Amino acid sequence: MKFYVPPQIPRLALAFAIFITLFLVLRHFLVPDTFGKYGHYRAASLIDNAQPEIHYAGQQACFKCHQDIEDKKAQDVHSEIHCETCHGPGEKHVVSSKVEDILKPSGREFCGSCHIINAGKQKSAINQIDLNKHNVGKNCIECHNPHQPWEMKK
Amino acid sequence: MSQSTSAMGNEKIKTSRRKFLKTATVLAGAAIGYSWLKSSQILLFAAEPKDESLPWYGIVIDIQKCIGCGNCAKACKNENDVPAEPFFFRTWIEQYTVKNDGSVNIVSPNGGIDGFKQTVPDEDIFKSFFVPKMCNHCAKSPCVQVCPVGATYVSPEGVALIDEKYCIGCRYCVQACPYGCRFIHPVKKVANKCTLCYHRLKKGLAPACMETCPTGARMYGNLRDKNSDLVKFLKEHTTQVLRPNLNTGSKLFYNALSSEVR
Repeated sequence: MKFYVPPQIPRLALAFAIFITLFLVLRHFLVPDTFGKYGHYRAASLIDNAQPEIHYAGQQACFKCHQDIEDKKAQDVHSEIHCETCHGPGEKHVVSSKVEDILKPSGREFCGSCHIINAGKQKSAINQIDLNKHNVGKNCIECHNPHQPWEMKK
Repeated sequence: MSQSTSAMGNEKIKTSRRKFLKTATVLAGAAIGYSWLKSSQILLFAAEPKDESLPWYGIVIDIQKCIGCGNCAKACKNENDVPAEPFFFRTWIEQYTVKNDGSVNIVSPNGGIDGFKQTVPDEDIFKSFFVPKMCNHCAKSPCVQVCPVGATYVSPEGVALIDEKYCIGCRYCVQACPYGCRFIHPVKKVANKCTLCYHRLKKGLAPACMETCPTGARMYGNLRDKNSDLVKFLKEHTTQVLRPNLNTGSKLFYNALSSEVR
């Protein structure tokens, strides 16, 4: 038994075949290489995102040279604070110690950025100072060693 | 009467058998076709990474420990070269102050990058606390779902990332994020957001905000590792994600989160 194929069907099929082939060819050139390897994204983008250079070296890098500070810090309440919290990003200094871009902040405002009294801070979280009452006119580091705050200077 | 009914019954069985065979063939064909498509992901982009060897990152922020010093926001800008101005942030801090009359005052001067000055007098305050905000690295991110070109995605480690070379800057993701964690980079003109310092994680370093937090209010860790500090913390504390009703699969857990926080 022979099936009757309407004359428009082969023509339509041809048109579809051409369209699909064209689509696949275009797609081949438009979709980036690693797209779809892990999901609906370019897998190479993971590498791109891991590329940027770091600015903060991490305190283990600091302690490789500054062992003395590590020992000092360990004895007092600032032991949990990493070096770069106060001294700023230090990767350049780690790569070459000639680069002296390490911050050595001093002044009541800097210490106050953490220690200023504010109702939002839990009393257990931090010692809070009213900068308008606590030894006005004196710099914090005249009495306190930032690495060992309770080792009072005379 | 009875003859015609039985004849009708036979007819019914015949057609239903034919229907059944047809449906079964179509279903089987569909199943085989689907499995074939699934194996060739080049046609069907629905591959879900299930690599158990990689970490699955989660974050904890302990509101009780945050002192609103702004070191995290500062470090984030330094580390990721986000322009200091205009004020776009990958992470920022908000101060919530619940007053005695029940009203809530929310401030975030310059994203809290320079710290906070108490704006409400002590006697009016019922309670006050700081809430650091950053990308929630959702497992079912709305931002990923809306991207029309596949330029934003959740990495196999569970970090929501942006493909800057592929992003067309359409801002759809910016308005889709229910946490307001995305912005258009003023120089690159493409979407930008917290990457959980992916480049640092890959080098074995902590994200910049966690490296510089003086009180340890922020933690990150592997949710797959049941012995990690993060999982232990989650077990021992009552934590909450932001907007759980949106079912975003947020992996940023807040300890001691108040209901006022939006």
